[in-house]
Order: sequence, then structure tokens, then C-alpha cells
Amino acid sequence: MLEIKNLTYRVDDENDTQKEIIDNLNLTVEDGKFIVITGPNGGGKSTLAKLIMGVNQLTSGQIILDGEDISELNITERAKRGVSFAFQAPVHFKGIRVIDLLRLAAGKNISVAAACEYLSKVGLCAKDYVEREVNSSLSGGELKRIEIATVLARGTKLSIFDEPEAGIDLWSFQNLIKVFENMRKTVNGTIIVISHQERILNIADEIVVIENGQVKKQGPKEEILPELLGTSAAANIACEKLGGDQ
Amino acid sequence: MALDAIQKNILHEVADLDGIPQGAYNIRANGSSAARSTTANIDIVTKEDKPGIDIIIKPGTKGESVHIPVVLTESGLKDMVYNDFYVGDDADVTIVAGCGISNCGDQDSQHDGIHTFHVGKNAKVKYVEKHYGEGDGKGSRILNPVTNVYQEEGSYVEMEMVQIKGVDSTLRTNYAELADGATLLIHEALMTHGTQQATSDYKVVLNGEESSADVVSRSVAKDESEQIFEVSIEGNTACHGHAACDAIIMGNAHVVAIPKLDAKDVDAALIHEAAIGKIAGDQLIKLMSLGLTEEEAEEQIVAGFLR
Repeated sequence: MLEIKNLTYRVDDENDTQKEIIDNLNLTVEDGKFIVITGPNGGGKSTLAKLIMGVNQLTSGQIILDGEDISELNITERAKRGVSFAFQAPVHFKGIRVIDLLRLAAGKNISVAAACEYLSKVGLCAKDYVEREVNSSLSGGELKRIEIATVLARGTKLSIFDEPEAGIDLWSFQNLIKVFENMRKTVNGTIIVISHQERILNIADEIVVIENGQVKKQGPKEEILPELLGTSAAANIACEKLGGDQ
Repeated sequence: MALDAIQKNILHEVADLDGIPQGAYNIRANGSSAARSTTANIDIVTKEDKPGIDIIIKPGTKGESVHIPVVLTESGLKDMVYNDFYVGDDADVTIVAGCGISNCGDQDSQHDGIHTFHVGKNAKVKYVEKHYGEGDGKGSRILNPVTNVYQEEGSYVEMEMVQIKGVDSTLRTNYAELADGATLLIHEALMTHGTQQATSDYKVVLNGEESSADVVSRSVAKDESEQIFEVSIEGNTACHGHAACDAIIMGNAHVVAIPKLDAKDVDAALIHEAAIGKIAGDQLIKLMSLGLTEEEAEEQIVAGFLR
């Protein structure tokens, strides 16, 4: 279980005054859930995700993973305790191949066949990619899927995906949705996805809405999604539900 | 003359040799020839006027290799050697050079290899040169390689120069002249650490129409080390030249990149790129998020970069 207690992250803005990006935020995520965090731009979603991974250091509060306070641990230590992170803008590495990155992620010298398995799960034709360098010759959509494959290869109890849809084209997006639908079925750990996309929200067990650095809403998809989509969309979903029940 | 364990280890480092190589070879140990073999197509002849050998490759020789590694294990030895390669028309060969120094003494050990290549029409050469140093003595390990490449029409030369570890001081001088339709690819991988110094000076002259050259250097400078990379491409006719220097700087190192393009024809297309910078913070963060420590992440990034 992930418990976030009274979390605050404060930065100095350009006028030298302090601003809370995350403001005394509380959130509990049960094990094995698929959570989608959404909300307006600048509301603090990505910052929250980076605070959980340790990329940013919190100002005050606690992050507790399975009863252990991980607030003071560095990125490596949190990774070793079972936190994984797919970055919004995947990094390029000159000379490091896809297979190398997947081996580092898996923490062992996995076979090419095993690496290909992870790539297939994210919809990449494995043999075309496994020997390629993770550099700018790959498209945004390809890098994004390799990034997601590294998280799959880790197979940790908590996986965080920061806006997986950002920066990819519509065609890649269709495939990406399938990746997450598939992950929903096959991954045992807890998944937190930061997203604005209705189709990703639609896979969630629970939706968390973050605004002004605080949790504005949290609840089951069935409850939150119709509110987010407005009345007409909500009505459609209700109709679909009825249709499904019949 | 039999090789000892240290010499065998160095041979492994510089030439990936764990036994007697296939094809032609000449192994030079501590200033004299330790072993040699020739083939029906490749002859190796000792020079009479100065130290060194002539390697004569018959026209049309295909798929053969020549290994000419050098090992120095005596402290205080200063070795200079001239190796001239005559590659016949239409030949297709791999040449593996490389020098390793093990200096456990307090005097400097130095090897200066001057390699000259005369590459015939439509011949294809792959040249691999690795440098390696070891030993805990106070004496410096010094390597000053020189390569001169003269390429005839339609020839293709690929040169891979690697110096990753243990060489205290290097001055590399490379010169190449290309005739019509000739192609030259150079890939240098260099890592310096401690107080090492490495200077690479490349000059490529594109004399032939549609000749092309690509000189790419990837280097990592750590600690207090110093690197100077100088590349000059001269285009005298319709030709293509590209030079790239990409360096990672760490610690208190000093890196200088001096690209120079010299076009003497309106159809000479010459490009240079140079970039020097530290390891990107987001690269470290990504690898740390996979469970690597910061030091492990750095090692992986450097190893990949120099691959």
C-alpha cells in the first residue's frame, strides 16, 4: 500500500516568493489497483509522481510504501524497494542499445528472447528494435514504448507512468491504449498512470483528480468519470452500462 | 621467442588474440619480432634501412587478415617502427594493429608506430587499432601513432582507433589523401583518466571527385586528464566530408575540439559537428530509477558512449 501523508513541495518562483506545487496532499493507494491521476495542467500531477520516485525532494510530509517511510531515500533506494517510473519525455542514450536498457531494467542478463517478449507487449516488432540504440533515430512513439517496456521488465510492485500519451501521434496512441489495457490484465502490482485521456481513464479502477496541488476528488471510475465528462457523456456511459447489463 | 603471461594478456587486450592468429601476422615484442607468418597472398618483409616491416598484399586477395600487434613489457624501452602496407587493387582485407604497454618500472616506455597505407584501386581495408596500458610503476606509458593513408580510385578504408585505458600520453597523427570515388571512415573512441593527455590530429585531403570522408570521435575525459581533438578536411573538388567530435567531460578534465573545413571547390560539401558536455542529469536519473547507483549509471553511460 502506498500512503502519502501531508505532502508538501514548495519552490521559489520568479518573484522570490514561495509557492506550493503540492500542498499538504493526502492520498492512499491500495495494492493491485490501477489508478489514473488526472486534473488540469499545472495542478501538480507530474510533480507528485516525481516526488514518489524521489526525482524531486519533498519539502515536508511522508511517503510510506508498505509501512516503510521512503521519504528520505534516494532514487536508487526507492527503485530497489519496488518503485518504477516511466518518464514523460524518455531520455536518449548514445551507444546504449534497447537490449542493454532492458537488461539494466530487469537487473539481470536476460536473453534476447525475453527482451523481445517485453517489446512485443508494448507493440514493437522486437527483432527490429532489440539491437538499436536508444537515440534520436527512434521516433517519439517508439521511445515511449521502449520506456514503458523498461518498466514492464522491472516488474515491481508499484509502476508509475507519467503522461504516456504525451508527444506521440494518434496512430501510436491507439496502440498505446492496447498496451495499457493489456497491462491492466497481466500486471499484478499497483499501477499509477497520469493521463488526460478518456480512454486511459476508462481502464482505471480508481480516478484521482489533482488540482492546485491537492486531491480534489478520488473514487471509483464509475463515480468520477461521469462527473469529469459532463452530463451528456455521463449519460452515454450510463447507457453503455445498461446495454452491458442486458 | 616465446611470449610470457603478461605479454599474452596484452595481446588479448589489444588484438583479441588468445592464440596464434589466422592468416598473416607479425608480433613485435620489446623492440624485435617475436613471431611471424605469411600467406600465399600476404607477404611480410623486414625493412633493411630502418626498423619495421613491409606488408605486401597481392591484388585481388579476399577475406584475409593481417595482425601486427606490438607489446612492450620492458620499462625504459623506446621503440619506433615503420610499417608500410601495400594493398593491391581489388583486395579486401582486415588489418589488426594495436599496442599494449605494461610498465611496472620507473622509466618511461614508449612506442611510436608509423603506419603508411597505399591502398590500390577498388581495394577495401578495415583497420583496427587498439591501445592499452597497464602496470603500476612510476614510468609513463607513451604511444605516438602515425597513420598515412593514400587511397586510389574507388578504394574504401574503414579505420577504428580505440584507446580506453592506461596510456599516459598519446599524440595521434593521421593523414589521408583520397582519389576519385574513394571513401574513408574513421571512428575514434578515447577515454582518458588521471593526468593522462591525448591529442588527436586528423587531416583528410579530398582530391578526387566524389570522394568522401567521415571522421567521428567519441571521447570521455575524466579526472584531471586533457584531450585535444583537431580535425581538418580539405575539399579540392566535388566531394563530401563530415567530421564529428562528441565528448563527455567529467571531474576536472579539459577538452578542446578544433574542427577545420577548407573548401576549394564550389561542389565540396563539408560539415563539422562538435559537442562537449557532461553526462546529462536525466540520463543518470533514468538509470537510477532502474535501480542503479549513480556510479553504476555513469559507468553504463560511458561504456555505451564509447562502444
